[in-house]
Order: sequence, then structure tokens, then C-alpha cells
Amino acid sequence: MTESKFSKWAWGILCWLVAIIIFFPIFVMMITAFKNEREAQTLSLFFLPTLESFHEVFARSNYVSYVWNSILASIGSTLLCFALAIPAAYAMAFFPKKRTKDVLLWMLSTKMLPPVGVLVPMYLIFRDLRLLDTRIGLTVVFMLINLPIVVWMLYTFFKEVPKDILEAGRMDGAKPKQELVHLLMPLALPGIASTALLAIILAWNEAFWSLNLTTSTAAPLTTFIASFSSPQGLFWAKLSAASTMAIAPILVFGWMSQKQLVRGLTFGAVK
Amino acid sequence: MATVTLRDLHKSFGEVEIIKGVDLDIEDREFVVFVGPSGCGKSTLLRMIAGLEEITSGDLAINGERVNDVPPAERGLAMVFQTYALYPHMSVADNMAFSLRLAGVSKEQRYQKVREAARVLQLEPLLDRKPKALSGGQRQRVAIGRAIVREPKVFLFDEPLSNLDAALRVQMRIELARLHEALKATMIYVTHDQVEAMTMADKIVVLQGGVVEQAGTPLELYHHPANLFVAGFIGSPKMNFLPTTVAAVDGTGATVALPGGGQVTVPVQPGRLKPGDSVTLGVRPEHLGPADAGELSGEVLVVERLGGETFLYSQLPDQSMITIQADGEIPTRAHDRIGIKLNPSTCHLFDASGAAVERAQRHPLADMKRPTARKAS
Repeated sequence: MTESKFSKWAWGILCWLVAIIIFFPIFVMMITAFKNEREAQTLSLFFLPTLESFHEVFARSNYVSYVWNSILASIGSTLLCFALAIPAAYAMAFFPKKRTKDVLLWMLSTKMLPPVGVLVPMYLIFRDLRLLDTRIGLTVVFMLINLPIVVWMLYTFFKEVPKDILEAGRMDGAKPKQELVHLLMPLALPGIASTALLAIILAWNEAFWSLNLTTSTAAPLTTFIASFSSPQGLFWAKLSAASTMAIAPILVFGWMSQKQLVRGLTFGAVK
Repeated sequence: MATVTLRDLHKSFGEVEIIKGVDLDIEDREFVVFVGPSGCGKSTLLRMIAGLEEITSGDLAINGERVNDVPPAERGLAMVFQTYALYPHMSVADNMAFSLRLAGVSKEQRYQKVREAARVLQLEPLLDRKPKALSGGQRQRVAIGRAIVREPKVFLFDEPLSNLDAALRVQMRIELARLHEALKATMIYVTHDQVEAMTMADKIVVLQGGVVEQAGTPLELYHHPANLFVAGFIGSPKMNFLPTTVAAVDGTGATVALPGGGQVTVPVQPGRLKPGDSVTLGVRPEHLGPADAGELSGEVLVVERLGGETFLYSQLPDQSMITIQADGEIPTRAHDRIGIKLNPSTCHLFDASGAAVERAQRHPLADMKRPTARKAS
């Protein structure tokens, strides 16, 4: 075998190995969802698939309400994010000042703080504003969490648009809003799409603030899963069933949009 | 009517001053070319006129109206960019119609104007294509078409031919000249190529270091360059410069020493020149000729044959280099010794500060204007 063929094989095997290791827990969870409680205690791969765990989960809780809250909060927060981030990124990309890079880094630095550090102040603010356990409150929190990343990513994608196309637009009579809508957004659309996907997924998976700021009305799927880890002991099968139902939508969504996701995560380096 | 007036324009980027006081009058229907080496500020000046760069101080007026604070689209200008800057996500027709769409013109009227412009530029078969499916020359024409549709008072061109290959450049030069005549519009054109400047301009503005070195008709700059920089910039190959001293000054001109002995009397108005002053003698390669005997002599080092003409790069006795343009048929070879004939009336003199010493007579063609530059009668 030639040198390059061997390294191709070696890389291939390594990638598969990593993929299997990463996917393995999810795989176990998915098959456990189809077992009953007794079988769930074991790790055997041979069992009779049954839907009884799914039935019980459905019966015990309002799955639809949780899904709806997740969808509302993810998409809502992403739209709010974009409403703020697009003008911000436009200003920073095309009218940079000396401080622009500093501001961007500062925004990103707020993501370095462990959320639990601001748990108490946030909870108190939400309580006093009567935003606890409301869908609006949750959406606002998700927006605030994702804003630095969305601004940063949109900034890098906007910078890729050649400046003289916007100048040509200006000469043609485009005011800044028209430049944004007619020229910048169509040209940066792939980047905007990847950023939106990433924001939706991050919001969907967000567990910390969902658990602490919602109880029932506005609770998304992350809270739903957590509610199955009860002090009476872990009901593996039901937990697995609940988890599978929680991740199913986003898993399908992510699979369908994987190309755009990769582009977004690698900041457009992979076109 | 479209006149452009620049009065004492300055432009600084932070601490660095790029344009250091430019005064210029551009007349209606004139084709003005800003030319100069890289970094001289010609593109910056164009962008200031366009409104894409802020003017630090000074006044810019279009048709007598001060437009310093007027947004680019309201100045009645259209610009053709060096990179064409076509909108990649729109078809050719949409690209050309965009400005009208922003202005709220009806769809029917928009596309009628687009069709007219497309006819002038022979773009009709390409109207539905996207820019990426076009060649460089076609994109160039779409960019011009986009400008034409706006019916501007002044067209601005920022090095539009730089990205084209040599043959296409010559073709487009002719097309642009004909377009200028057909549209009867004022055009301001930026280039670093002095051949483009010489062939297309009614008026050339030579810039260096943010300052206007000289502004005048192409032949005026050719025959009466105001200083060493303009003399060396206009004309290809470059003018030969021989540092020398004044031997004598009288009514007919100034007599200067030549390397290798010998003298020549250059017909200039001596002004403040006195014997002993350091001056630079300037002679264009096309005004020198190889001969058996001449005022100068040297050894040919390199021969460049273009077929129609031959360039002889020669070395004078004092080791300085001189370029001679000769006929294509001469048999001279490298390392031949030749005499060099020069005609005193084609020589230039520049004083110690680099400024030209005024010639005794103005060249008859120097003040010739192109038809379009004459005011409409």
C-alpha cells in the first residue's frame, strides 16, 4: 500500500472511531428508550422493542407544550438576536473605528463567564419584572446568551462582502437601510443562514437558564428531560424515551442542514 | 451643463495628509484624466468628488453648487469602478436597472432605459446573465451601462481598463472615446497609464504626492512639461536627463555643456539663468537619432527591436545611460559605437529646483484642443 493510501485508511478509521465514540451514548439512549424498565437496567443489545416507555412519558406529561416552548424560544430568540446583531455587525464591519475590535472581544468575553456566576442577580431581576416562567422571559434570556456569538459570526461574514459592491450601491442611490436589504443580505445569505442555524441549536440545547427560570408554563424540552431525573431513582427507560423525544426534532434538523452548519462553525473557511 | 470645480481641497486620514491642496476647473463635456504614480492620491481625489470619501477641507462644486455635504447619489454622478463592482446576485439587466429601482421608476420605464443602454454597448444578448457568466470586457461594459442608465452629469472612471488584457485595453480605449463623443458628457478618468492619458484626455492632470504637478492638454504636457517629474512621466520611453552646467546665456538661449565635450544651445527664455548654474538637459528618445557623427557619442549596450522602431540603450563616455529611438530598419548591434544627433529645438532645460526653463517658442500643437472641449457653439 502506498504512503498516501495508508494514511487515507488510517484517517478514515480514526474518524470512524471518534464518530462511534461520540455517538455511542446517544445510541445506547435510543435503544434504551425502546426497552421496558427492567430491561433498561442491563446493557444488553437483545431485547424486544416496546413502546410502553413512550406511552408512559406521553401520559405523564404534556410533551407538545414542551416542544412548542422549545420551538418558540429558539426561533424567537434567534430572530430577536438578528434584529440587533445585523445592524451591529454592519456598523462594525463597514465603519470600523479604533475601538471596534476591542468591543467585539469584550462582547465575546461575556461568554467566558460561567452562567451560575450571575444566577442570583438574574433570578431576582426576572422575579421583580415578573418574567419568571414566561415564554418572553425565556426568549429574552436565550437572545442575550447568543448575541455575542451571532454578532461575531455576522461580522466575519459581512467582512467577506467586497466593500466596493456596497459603494457601487451607494453611488446608485442606496441609503444604508437599502444597502443592507438589497445588497448585503443577499450576498451574505449563506453566512446568515449558518449563523441562524447555530443560534437555533444553541438555544434549543440550553439547559441552565431553562431549568432555573422556568417551571411549567414556559418550560422547554431541556426542562422536560430533567424532570425525569427524580429523587425516587432514575427511570432509565422513561428517561431515555423522554430524551429521545426531546432530541429528535433538533437531530433531524441538524442532519438536514449539516453543510451550512459546518460552514458556520468554521467561519466560512469551508465554502 | 456639468462643470466641476475643486478649490484648495485637502484630505487627511488621521495624521497623514493625502491630498495637500488641489485646485482644478473642469469644464462641461471635458474628458479629464488624473494620472500619476501609485500613491499619488488620484483615486482618493476621484472618490472625494464621488462622495465616497469625506473632504477634510476645501470646496467641491458641481455646476457652481457646493456639494461637500451632499450624499453621493444626489450629486448627479455615476462611477465605474476598477473591479467593476457588479452585483453578483443580480442579472445584467437588474444590475443596470438598480439605481432606477431605488429611485422608484416604474418597471416598464426601467427596462426601457436598460434596453437603450444595452443597445449602445452591445449588451442585448447578455441581459439575463449573471456577472459570473461574463468575460472581463463584458463586465466592463455592464459597469459602464449601469452608469449610463443614470444619465449623470459627470462620469467617473477609476482605472477601468487596468484589469483587461493589452489588446482589449486598446479596443476599450477607442470605445470609451467614442462613447464620450456620443454621450457629450463630462468625464473624469483616473489611470496610472500615461498612454491612456495621452490618447483619451482633453486635459491631463498630473498628480504626485497629493499635489497637482501640472494640468494641461496632452500635447502641452508633452512639449512644455512644467518640471522634471512631468517631463519624465509623460512619454514612453522616458525622457533622457543629462545633468550639466550652463556655459553661456544670450538672446538665442542657453548654451550648456554636453558629456564627452561639445555644447548645444537650447532655445529658451533664459530668465534668471547665469553661466555656471547647474541645470538638467532633457531630450526625448524620439528626438535623438543615431548617426556617424553627432553632438554626443556612446556605446550601444542593448538593442530592442519592435519591428517598426528600434530602441538603442546606450552608454555615454561619463557612464550615464541614454535611450535613443531609431527606425526599425537600422542594422546597429549591441556594442557598436554610435554618434548621437540631437536637435536643439527639441531639447528641454530644467533648473536646479527641477522647474522647466520656459522655451523660446510654444509648439504649435500644444494649444490645440479636441473638438469636444470647445464650448458648444
